[in-house]
Amino acid sequence: MHCKDLLEAISDYVDGELDESLCADIEEHLKNCEPCRVVVDTTRKTITIFKENLPYEIPQPVQDRLHRVLRERWKKRTSSS
Amino acid sequence: MIPLREQPDTELVKLAKAKDLLAFEELVSRHSARIYSLLYRLLKNRGDAEDLLQQTFLSAFENLGRFREEASFRTWVTRIATNFALMKFRKEKKNQTVSLDVPKNFTEDGIPLPMEIADWSVNPVETLERKELVEILEAAIARLPQIYRTVFLLRDLEGLSNKEVAEMMELSVSAVKSRLMRARLFLRTILSDLLREKVDAL
Repeated sequence: MHCKDLLEAISDYVDGELDESLCADIEEHLKNCEPCRVVVDTTRKTITIFKENLPYEIPQPVQDRLHRVLRERWKKRTSSS
Repeated sequence: MIPLREQPDTELVKLAKAKDLLAFEELVSRHSARIYSLLYRLLKNRGDAEDLLQQTFLSAFENLGRFREEASFRTWVTRIATNFALMKFRKEKKNQTVSLDVPKNFTEDGIPLPMEIADWSVNPVETLERKELVEILEAAIARLPQIYRTVFLLRDLEGLSNKEVAEMMELSVSAVKSRLMRARLFLRTILSDLLREKVDAL
């Protein structure tokens, strides 16, 4: 396995979606290739960092406006039916 | 009676289908921050994110009767929001003469080249203040080309499956996987650069 092949398979590898024999090839390659090992570790870390740290936020006025618009639509709907 | 706030989404959907506005509003309160954040990260513009947020929930409200509940409400409403965003991208692309979607440090077949091999999987991420880290992450996502950004946000942030993302984006599963791979490697590179800048500045 070459470094380029590993890069092609890296995403499926970190998701655990590769078949066993390919996984074994990758692990064998990683034993002897420090740059690839770093790329795999930092790719894994990249995914976890994003998953764990990005907040979901909505400004209160935006939230309020959304509810107001919905209530107006509701009123229109119930008054016309 | 169990308060709305304590009911699961599936129950709220049933109530909302039976014309209970408060149940629908509870669903909106539960999911609006997530949808707004997704739209803002996709579109990179607060006004556009707010417009599409309203369109998303109005559309969900109008079409609730047609929601067959095969997927969760969360996935369904994410799909609606994503559709609006993709429509907007398509419209904008028509008016664009130069594609902004080819990042410089990609190889010919689109694989982002690892430019460095410094290992930051342990440090210095842990040493950053949370606020600083969030800023770096948002900046990294914003730099990601749109076709990769969409797949990454849906797959890795929203936690949808490859298949669900493929359906939403009208792509094959292998195309989703390939974009996801490029997105992750690209983000890894951006993150490396941003972290290096940060550390150099210390």
